[in-house]
Amino acid sequence: MSVRVGHTAEKPAFPILAHELLQDDQTRRNVRHATDVIRNKRALRVAEMPDWQDLRTTAHAIKTHTLLHLPHYLEEFERNCIRAGGQVHWARDADEANTIAIRLIRHAAERLAVEHPEVIKVKTMTSDEIGMNRALEQQGITPWETDLADMIVQMGKDEPSHIVVPALHKNRHQVRELFLQNMGLTELGTEAEDLTGAARHYLRKKFLEVGIGISGANFAIAETGSVCVVESEGNGRMCVTMPKTLITLIGIEKVIPKFDDLEVFLQLLPRSATGERMNPYNSIWTGVTPADGPQEFHVILLDNGRTRMMANVRERETLNCIRCGACLNQCPVYRETGGHAYGSIYSGPIGAILSPQLNGMKYSRSLPYASSLCGACYEVCPVKINIPETLIHLRGKIVAQDQNTLSGKLSQESMGMKMAAHLFEHPKQYEAAQRLARTGQGLFEKDGKLVNLPGMAAGWTQYRDLRALPKQSFREWWKRSHTDRGDGSSGVGDE
Amino acid sequence: MSNDARFTVLDTIRRQLAADPDVETLIDDSPEEAYARIPRNYQRTSKLNREETLELFYDRLRDYDSELVFTDEAGIAKAVAHAMREANETLLLVPAGVPQEWLPQNDVEVRRDFDLPLQPLEEPRVVLTPCTVAIAMSGTIILEHSDEQGRRAATLLPDHHICVLWRDQVVETIAEALQRITHRTSPITTIAGPSATSDIEMTRIRGVHGPRRLTAIIL
Repeated sequence: MSVRVGHTAEKPAFPILAHELLQDDQTRRNVRHATDVIRNKRALRVAEMPDWQDLRTTAHAIKTHTLLHLPHYLEEFERNCIRAGGQVHWARDADEANTIAIRLIRHAAERLAVEHPEVIKVKTMTSDEIGMNRALEQQGITPWETDLADMIVQMGKDEPSHIVVPALHKNRHQVRELFLQNMGLTELGTEAEDLTGAARHYLRKKFLEVGIGISGANFAIAETGSVCVVESEGNGRMCVTMPKTLITLIGIEKVIPKFDDLEVFLQLLPRSATGERMNPYNSIWTGVTPADGPQEFHVILLDNGRTRMMANVRERETLNCIRCGACLNQCPVYRETGGHAYGSIYSGPIGAILSPQLNGMKYSRSLPYASSLCGACYEVCPVKINIPETLIHLRGKIVAQDQNTLSGKLSQESMGMKMAAHLFEHPKQYEAAQRLARTGQGLFEKDGKLVNLPGMAAGWTQYRDLRALPKQSFREWWKRSHTDRGDGSSGVGDE
Repeated sequence: MSNDARFTVLDTIRRQLAADPDVETLIDDSPEEAYARIPRNYQRTSKLNREETLELFYDRLRDYDSELVFTDEAGIAKAVAHAMREANETLLLVPAGVPQEWLPQNDVEVRRDFDLPLQPLEEPRVVLTPCTVAIAMSGTIILEHSDEQGRRAATLLPDHHICVLWRDQVVETIAEALQRITHRTSPITTIAGPSATSDIEMTRIRGVHGPRRLTAIIL
């Protein structure tokens, strides 16, 4: 298996990346501005829906049901897609998916008699997950990202910092610079309209000339074998309509049972993602339609770590995600650091639970700790993923994993916890330890707070101060104030 | 290779689900029975009367900066001619199945899409089609691509889409709209206002790659 999630394997831990990003005032301002705007728009559009909670409940139920019957629905989707003229391929991991895509692109390019194959791509986070662009480039295939934000990321040799608005960390002046460098322009206005105009002109030629398209999917409908792509700019319509060959990469969790289920998700997704009642365009297509759109259609069904998450309800629920990004915009941690601190293309709260799990808890292990567990993400999640509970579950998993290794068993944290457990069970020893700590803390005390503690306590005070132990503990106070009376009643609050 | 992968993925899911002690109780009936039990308490049917539904729809369309023209079937050709004149355009693309009576007689050159090659298809900057259904709540127009509503490229490449719709095609909710889609495996496009992006500083900008203008002729 070679499951891969973007560049997570090479990335430093969250606190290290976050520390760097927190110094970048410009990025922080951009992130704060963008998340403020989407949060407000979302709140407005959700408030006008009296049945919002009912929609969430149904969406959660549909996703839960689908995952419990996933083989059934995947096979049904496959059958119906093939019946309609599509071809279905299965990929266990990133490398397998890329290998299939490259083979299909080569064949298509041969038929088109194209020497240097090119593909036009509509925003697919799943392709970023498997590192598709790099894999294609290594094989001499040029991928053109056509979503405005993805194009900005590609031109800047950057990485997406948000799952819906990948270039949210860039402001328009930075975008203008990139366009000037990459589009061969000598003049370009500074207004957002100037920039979108430039993108329209630049990409039109590609849409008409490049014969191979690559897309992701928001929904794969088992009942009909149809695929649905949700978008705003029209680049999605272009990529799924204009090429001769279309390759659609679909995570296995994207399947939904019936066409009618769209009535739930097409209400929840746009309002949660961009704060719109409905996004400008949805494209729904089924296999191949004679004389309309690509005459060759391939689906790649991707696992890449997803099946690992099927054996436990907390983990399985993560696969409910419809990638709306609402939890990112709401998260007090994401709003300070932006997406790059997570070291994964899946950032924010959902990234913090999805990235490590896809990775089999091997990488992105610092992410479940990158949260204050405030629960804002759960409240806005349109498919009701209980992210805080899952974060705690994953923290537990990481600790349990570590305790299975010798170095983990002997680690300071593990030893400290064992010692604490022992003390809590033995009151006399506990009191003695308290007295000892009170005497010792004087060295580190500053204005009633402990800073820069030594040894195994250093990990705690590295990020926050610890209140100093009081002169008298509750137990000591209780003993003193009650020996006088000897009646067991407390000295305060007694009526 | 692909067959191995198919087997492995499906088999792994089955084994993983079997390893979860909670799952057994959850899936002891058929997928159909379990699906039927999914709670659906959200609004599926209309709450507004006809007039309110239409007002809501017009309001949503205006919110997207769409132009609204009210006429009757006999007035379509005139309305199209007027919209073309306003837009300073003379070349009109129409799908093969659009009725002849809808087409302006003077001042407008009509190009019918009988499987046109790319270049003549791309040239016209205005396209005229009917649609299948429209959703008042979200201001959405739904195309089921066919001879009449055109192949997908025909309503994508031109910059200006003129869409004819009957008042009784307007429903309140998306659930009602999906019920009106009968050819569910033909390509379907839903359109809510002109192409737009908010990718730069979260400012909504009209018109990136799809049509930048939408005129709704309402009968």
